[in-house]
Amino acid sequence: MCRSRPYRSRVRSRLCAAIAGLTAALTVAGCTTNSVPGTAPAAKGTPDAAAALPNLRREDILWLERVSFGLDTAGVAQYRRIGREAYLDRQLSAREPALPAPIAAQIDALQVTHVDPTRVLADVTAQYKAINAVADGPDKELARRALNDQGNKLAYEAIRRDLLRAVYSPAQLREQMVWFWLNHFSVFKDKASLRWLIGDYEEHAIRPHVFGKFRDLVLATLAHPAMLQYLDNNQNTAGHLNENYARELMELHTLGVNGGYTQQDVQNLARVLTGAGVNAGDAPRLKPELESMYRRSGAFEFNPARHDFGAKTLLGHPLEGKGFGEVEEAVNLIVGQPACARFISRKIALYFVADNPPPGLVERMAQTFTRSDGDIAAVLRTMFLSRELAAELGGKFKDPTRFVVSAVRLAYDGRPINNTRPMVNWLNGLGEAPYAHPTPDGYSLAEVNWASSGQMSRRFETARLIGSGNAGLFDPEDGGPATVTGFPQLANRLYFEAVEPFLGARTKDALARANSQQEWNTFLLSSPDFGYE
Amino acid sequence: MNRREAIKLGGAALASAGITGRLYAAPATGPRFLLVFLRGGYDSSNLLIPYSSSFYYESRPNIAVPRPDSGSNTGALALNADWALAPSVRESIGMMYSQRQVAFVPFAGTDDLSRSHFETQDSIELGQITGSVRNYRSGFLARLSSTLAGAPNGGASIAFTDALPLVFEGVATVPNLSLKNVGKPTFDGRQARILSDMYTGHRLEGAVSSGLELRQEVAQEIADEMNGANRNAITTKGFELEAERMGWLMRDKYRIGFVDVGGWDTHVGEGAAQGTLAGNLGSLGRGLQVLSQSLGAEWSNTVVVVLSEFGRTFRENGSRGTDHGHGTVYWVLGGSINGGAIIGTQQRVDPNALFQDRDYPVLNDYRAVLGGIFRSMWGLSAAQSAAVFQQTAPIDLRLV
Repeated sequence: MCRSRPYRSRVRSRLCAAIAGLTAALTVAGCTTNSVPGTAPAAKGTPDAAAALPNLRREDILWLERVSFGLDTAGVAQYRRIGREAYLDRQLSAREPALPAPIAAQIDALQVTHVDPTRVLADVTAQYKAINAVADGPDKELARRALNDQGNKLAYEAIRRDLLRAVYSPAQLREQMVWFWLNHFSVFKDKASLRWLIGDYEEHAIRPHVFGKFRDLVLATLAHPAMLQYLDNNQNTAGHLNENYARELMELHTLGVNGGYTQQDVQNLARVLTGAGVNAGDAPRLKPELESMYRRSGAFEFNPARHDFGAKTLLGHPLEGKGFGEVEEAVNLIVGQPACARFISRKIALYFVADNPPPGLVERMAQTFTRSDGDIAAVLRTMFLSRELAAELGGKFKDPTRFVVSAVRLAYDGRPINNTRPMVNWLNGLGEAPYAHPTPDGYSLAEVNWASSGQMSRRFETARLIGSGNAGLFDPEDGGPATVTGFPQLANRLYFEAVEPFLGARTKDALARANSQQEWNTFLLSSPDFGYE
Repeated sequence: MNRREAIKLGGAALASAGITGRLYAAPATGPRFLLVFLRGGYDSSNLLIPYSSSFYYESRPNIAVPRPDSGSNTGALALNADWALAPSVRESIGMMYSQRQVAFVPFAGTDDLSRSHFETQDSIELGQITGSVRNYRSGFLARLSSTLAGAPNGGASIAFTDALPLVFEGVATVPNLSLKNVGKPTFDGRQARILSDMYTGHRLEGAVSSGLELRQEVAQEIADEMNGANRNAITTKGFELEAERMGWLMRDKYRIGFVDVGGWDTHVGEGAAQGTLAGNLGSLGRGLQVLSQSLGAEWSNTVVVVLSEFGRTFRENGSRGTDHGHGTVYWVLGGSINGGAIIGTQQRVDPNALFQDRDYPVLNDYRAVLGGIFRSMWGLSAAQSAAVFQQTAPIDLRLV
């Protein structure tokens, strides 16, 4: 092995020549410079004036990695230009920036972007009914499978849209929060009609509220058919209680298992929630005195005829029986508990700061939560500018989603992919497939659940899949021939600017021992430097 | 050179190539436990057939397994005056039963009445008190592993699955590797060494090196098998192949294992003596037999429990299948168990016996059954047993 001249640079020049020869249209970031490995990147001949700006320190890069799903050139450049606080302000902005045009076009072409979920649900419900009326047998099974396949197609589109945004949206913190809240208010696509609903759930229950008031997020998920079906509240009616959702609403969504509520509170909250269900069809016929209390929004329904109007006590507070107003009152009561402020703050810190978040930081985040009436952006601001976060930089293990998305971001650096199936396959293999966690607790946010020996091996194998070629990322989803292609360009300018200067000695040593560009890519993506942020 | 020597040599070669040889350092003898989870709710009534019950035959006009016929070598195998074994497992499990290496526990299961796959699988894997607040980060095999950590007869755990199952949630160090499709190792020795070197001194050093090592070892074992002069004429496949590999790994390193097998949700056309279910049972039975062989001498230290989240409806449904039920039949296998018996609390199979006029009742709680087996296998104290299954008195079925 040639030790005097690391393989990386040899491979890089050869590769650049080869790719440039293949297609002139290809963006080959990093190929224009010819820097000697180990020296600072040269920015000569590039359009932006990055060279005039201060070089980034390791902690800047790591902070940027926490805020985002991983580095890309645009994000690094913007951070350099405007600095940390302004960068954070833009990331927390309520306005959603435009996606790159080719990505926006891909999303616009999806059926899931345009369907009316209520109509779809009505249609699917009718089809299921028709299928159930058919005599049992192979035909029935086939019809059911065909219907589910339709749903699976729509669910995949929702996942595709989600992944495209995660990789390409400039609003990286927003996208991470979409993932975080989807996981916090986790639903499972294979239950009931959720295949048809998850796209709308993300779009209308989660996405508009990711930086808003926590209460609104709880109410939006509560009033979404996906959640009501998933946790069986559509079957929770006066006299026939189903506690499933009531319990999870307090245990998993707001207060935490030791959040100070009792079994009696669970039952009483279940009573409060009676009547909140799903109806994609006609409104029920109601007694005149109940009509004014009926609520309907899309396929969400509050049906007073199914509601328990008896007086209740929740968390020590009396609740008058008055219909859906009770639900809003109960949610206000719950999210106003100090336990909720702490539970939510701690969970956010668990995702962004450390597996054991510093209690002092959690306390300050909880204070912000309480002071701001549950303003999520304010809580995030407290966290991202804290010294505790700064002290934890570099120590957070990337869960599979962060790993895969950050790898694709670094490898293609803004270059639009056409096909997200390979990403979904990688996430499946790594055990964090989108919308596929069956239990309502969502995926773990802690290293311990992702870094077992089998999982580390699988991660390295995935690194190899990502690093060894385009893996089908440029094959059109419709199965047509690829008109563009790409190769993972990990040794790109972004790498030399923002990754290489901070690599540990052992990783550098491994990279120097690589025998090919593919191997080099694999080692970089497998390294602890890449695996942690 | 026999296979075992070849494997050892392979290990030595790996060790000299820089992959540590820890896998081969501790093949000490001692108790081994494997849990086989049949996901989907297998139809136990067509595995262990209550052939003395005319009600069984009335309930299943299309899918009943015919009564044993003493003149036949291929029909159901009578195990005693009431129960017979499905013909599909006659050659495998039936043979082992006659060697007292298999016992069945009918009317076994949980007190979870949801009849939901998802709910009930979870509740079994967690092994917590039904109806209590679930702790999704604490599976019962994880608690057993923790309880045995550091004990002289304890040892490593492994899940032979793609993802770490709930049953092992809570223990950081349990490796998981599905043995279904183990091809050539992704990395050669040099690459594995480079990958491991990156983590020297890192907190994941152990996980990284043992994970890569496990991949290499499994690949090596398989390569040896492929190259061995005495390899089976018949190529094992499917679950048999998986089971054979599990046997090697359990023999050489692991003390507590888990694997799941799917395909049991037979709502439609499940078949009788032959058919879908019989095919699945046959494959499972042959796999378990292969496992017993590949464990070698350690088979006599091994206990395998086969269970499913629930049984199925006693009566067949309108599509020659069965729907979700309640009580089921657990299998207990091992080289030195007191097998060849149908054990646990039982009752006659007649219409009055059905739970909710639908399925088998549960007379043998899974926690008590498993807790009793663990207690005997490892000599657990009352406190240790309680750490695995809270508020459950282990029952001693005198199997182990």
